[in-house]
Amino acid sequence: MSKYTEEELQKELETKEYEYGFYTDIESDTFPKGLNEDIVRAISKKKNEPEWMTEWRLDAFRIWSEMEEPDWANVHYEKPDFQAISYYSAPKKADPNKTLDDVDPELLEMYKKLGISIDEQKKLQGIAIDIVVDSVSVATTFKNTLAEKGIIFCPISEAIQEHPELVKKYIGTVVPKTDNFYAALNSAVFTDGSFCYIPKGVRCPMELSTYFRINEAGTGQFERTLVIADESSYVSYLEGCTAPSRDENQLHAAVVELIAMDDAEIKYSTVQNWFPGDANGKGGVFNFVTKRGLCETNSKISWTQVETGSAVTWKYPSCVLKGDNSVGEFYSIAVTNNYQQADTGTKMIHLGKNTKSTIISKGISAGKSQNSYRGLVQIASKAENARNFSQCDSLLMGNKCGAHTFPYIEAKNKSAQIEHEATTSKIGEDQIFYCNQRGIDTEKAIALIVNGFSKEVLNKLPMEFAVEAQKLLEISLEGSVG
Amino acid sequence: MLHIKNLHAGIEEKGILKGINLEVKAGEVHAIMGPNGSGKSTLSSVIAGKEEYEVTEGEIFLNGENIEELGPEERAHEGVFLSFQYPVEIPGVSVTNFVKTAINETRKAKGLEEMPASEMLKKIREKAELLEIDRRFLSRSLNEGFSGGEKKRNEIFQMAMLEPKLAILDETDSGLDIDALRIVANGVNKLRSEDNAVIVITHYQRLLDYIVPDYVHVLHNGKIVKSGTKELALELEEKGYDWIKQEATI
Repeated sequence: MSKYTEEELQKELETKEYEYGFYTDIESDTFPKGLNEDIVRAISKKKNEPEWMTEWRLDAFRIWSEMEEPDWANVHYEKPDFQAISYYSAPKKADPNKTLDDVDPELLEMYKKLGISIDEQKKLQGIAIDIVVDSVSVATTFKNTLAEKGIIFCPISEAIQEHPELVKKYIGTVVPKTDNFYAALNSAVFTDGSFCYIPKGVRCPMELSTYFRINEAGTGQFERTLVIADESSYVSYLEGCTAPSRDENQLHAAVVELIAMDDAEIKYSTVQNWFPGDANGKGGVFNFVTKRGLCETNSKISWTQVETGSAVTWKYPSCVLKGDNSVGEFYSIAVTNNYQQADTGTKMIHLGKNTKSTIISKGISAGKSQNSYRGLVQIASKAENARNFSQCDSLLMGNKCGAHTFPYIEAKNKSAQIEHEATTSKIGEDQIFYCNQRGIDTEKAIALIVNGFSKEVLNKLPMEFAVEAQKLLEISLEGSVG
Repeated sequence: MLHIKNLHAGIEEKGILKGINLEVKAGEVHAIMGPNGSGKSTLSSVIAGKEEYEVTEGEIFLNGENIEELGPEERAHEGVFLSFQYPVEIPGVSVTNFVKTAINETRKAKGLEEMPASEMLKKIREKAELLEIDRRFLSRSLNEGFSGGEKKRNEIFQMAMLEPKLAILDETDSGLDIDALRIVANGVNKLRSEDNAVIVITHYQRLLDYIVPDYVHVLHNGKIVKSGTKELALELEEKGYDWIKQEATI
């Protein structure tokens, strides 16, 4: 990661102007709007990619061109005009004249509540900071520790250069280009993302997150992440940023692919807090994400997500339980407030024998928002003794929001054991009054009730993340009960 | 401590309390008795500041201060505690966590630092022992799956932890078997002092054998129709409420 600092990027951009002759009105770091094969080629060239990658992208583009945007999800929004989007924007440069005084005070207040340091705040706001040297050296130290164990952890663009054999072998194997509209789009135009490889028998000694938190904040619209855990390895990966990113990007279409080989385990945790739009439902990010993991024999993939942001979320982190005895888990908290809409859940595809999956989904709706759980549990005919347990709980605040549950169960093997539990509850005035009577004000009471409701999932997050996620839940729901 | 003057209150235009006058001094225990629907629970809710009740006339003073404008949490910070007749469940929030939050929020309102963890632990241990509460009980979700008796004992445990100036026990005896009743009453008695006061709302005389009141008031049709000493409770036990009702209508 450290190789690709903003400074270097800036330098690169300064020297590479005019190199791409297909546009006339030149801005050094943004492509013209619209999408065609030339743009796809240009992205690939900008990234200095080998021929096979360019072709892969072009193939994805052709597939995408034939597809239609899906509309089965329980969300309503104006479809983006894909020709009105610019598909390459370099990460924002630090403006030397900008200081924290220029930043929206409301945002700073939120940072303060989240306990984000001044330097991180500056970084998030694209303000130049003077301790870059320090954080780069920290990053390098990490990188050395990881390298000693043979772990590769770098931007995917770097992996395409340095480890083409791995990328070529695995990219698109879990989420193929043809998978869905947004996955095809991502495959054609992805500009950033991470690559992670854990060699056989290696237990990654740290959560791949700590220094990432800052760097990830500026990543683009189309992220591509590929995590490969080789046989008997273990990795815990954290993505996202608890700080609210007021990105101007309207559309985020990321693809995440996880591969857990025999006896390997991947824990993937996400805290998503994209700009949800204002209290009147204006603006906000569309988050259309495809996340899927492939489990080989005796392996385990565990997804944990806390979703509080975005105007529209469309996301189903899934597990393909291909190997016998493999285990898939999905723990989710999705919060919607104001006019937010979320349609999220998971797919557990049981192919191997004795495969097991657990789904715990907690939806919290406030304001005028709509929150849907959509989950598929599929047991293939050869999946003897497959087991699934699903629990979907919804918590409503106020009378104007909605909670919906769409469970799909397809069992083609008689030995399957599938359990589904669902509850819907409302934060009652009686609960609030009870807390008030004990000296706890209404805001704090809601936070307490919501945290209690979400506890099973919060407990699955790594410690430091859990604390931040808890604060984030409180902030997301502030003022939601009048 | 508490001074109620000509209190009229109700819910959605329906008058329930129709002119209550009551004075409770520090160190005293008052019992409020009365038949179903006489307004006992309404009175406790109004004192605690439940918002759905509207005060249409009269005043409530706490330590000389009119508390009309204070929200329920502010009244709690001033030392009002209500032991609920039907305590609500809060799933996923442990008894310990809830009590800790309540104590620290009250301290915060008073400009104090959070209670140090060691002190908190010591206090929890002490009060749990007083009420014969198993420590495992404290890690359970608040009131979730509690038996009637456990709920009431938990209320008194919270009272012991919060050390209120004015405790209102709303039908704390209902749902308790005789052993639990003794434990709860014993807990309340140990918490009594010259500085605090207790209002016991009850249907039956039974609880008053254990928590002996200085005064007994009979509530009927939104008014206190008779006041007396503990002998009045015995008389009610013996004769029922009918003679009071008759007396009140004359």
